[in-house]
Amino acid sequence: MKPARVYRFLVVLLTFCFVGISAAAEQARPTADDPVLEERVLNLSRELRCLVCQNETLADSRAELAVDLRNQVREQMKAGKSDEEIIAFLTARYGDFVLYRPRVRPVTYLLWFGPFILLLAGLVILFRYVKRRRDVIVDTPLSPEQRRQAKALLDTETGKEIA
Amino acid sequence: MRYLIPLVLFLGLIVFLAIGLTRDPHEVPSPLINKPAPTFTLAQLADPSKTFSAEEMRGKVWLLNVWATWCVVCREEHPMLLEIERSGAVPIYGLDSKDKRGDAIAWLRELGDPYVLSVSDFDGRVGIDYGVYGAPETFLIDKNGVIRFKRIGPITPDVWQKEMLPLVKELNK
Repeated sequence: MKPARVYRFLVVLLTFCFVGISAAAEQARPTADDPVLEERVLNLSRELRCLVCQNETLADSRAELAVDLRNQVREQMKAGKSDEEIIAFLTARYGDFVLYRPRVRPVTYLLWFGPFILLLAGLVILFRYVKRRRDVIVDTPLSPEQRRQAKALLDTETGKEIA
Repeated sequence: MRYLIPLVLFLGLIVFLAIGLTRDPHEVPSPLINKPAPTFTLAQLADPSKTFSAEEMRGKVWLLNVWATWCVVCREEHPMLLEIERSGAVPIYGLDSKDKRGDAIAWLRELGDPYVLSVSDFDGRVGIDYGVYGAPETFLIDKNGVIRFKRIGPITPDVWQKEMLPLVKELNK
């Protein structure tokens, strides 16, 4: 095949590829018969961790377990459960780890307040350091003898510069 | 003294990081330990007309092993399960998770069946009740139906000898 024909062939092939992908994406979209409910499912799923991939939310993950858990969330919402009840259902099974936002409780105090404690400690250290420096550096006027020495030094320096 | 404080802080950091390295972030501590095992009644894998319920195991120490034919590590774990079964230390019941019946039966025929029986949890609901997030997982359940131990990942000879077998013996006393 001539280069031009190869090129045209590739363009056509690529076009078909993209058409194929977009068609598949259309099919993969879940049938949202209730957009308000779907929105609620999605919002809650963003607060929950996928246990398989761990650094993904339940909303983002494509793991099979994530799909199942999203279905659970959807079903329970349909059954009229509140978000709190659903979170309680999940933490009873998977622990607090399932929550993306760790709860404020004694074991997580260090996590929540640690940075502020460190910041406070840093400020105290900084303040004390600055204060001590200020005490050390005192403006004491030079004695006549020192003034004469300084002048002599300065004169020789400039003398050298000129020479 | 000036150099001691940063040094101590640095060493502390190293210790924390070193401990962090030895931990497996995939092992999520289960909130179900020392809680009653969730009840279920499911169809048996070998004969779907029969059911099995966790309630039937009251008064016995038993293992509930979550497995599936799509689970690669389960294949790795399988010989260990057969060995436990042969030793007669504790009965193993299987929770076949999100599987196809034909595949599961063929798997047991090919590799051997360490289970007293397996139940079909094909929609994974019971798995969710047990907080399962990856097979294999194994629960050790005591005579009162309380979960006493959970193994996430395959039971290795080491885990069996050092952690599970001593607990099984103690619970059977």
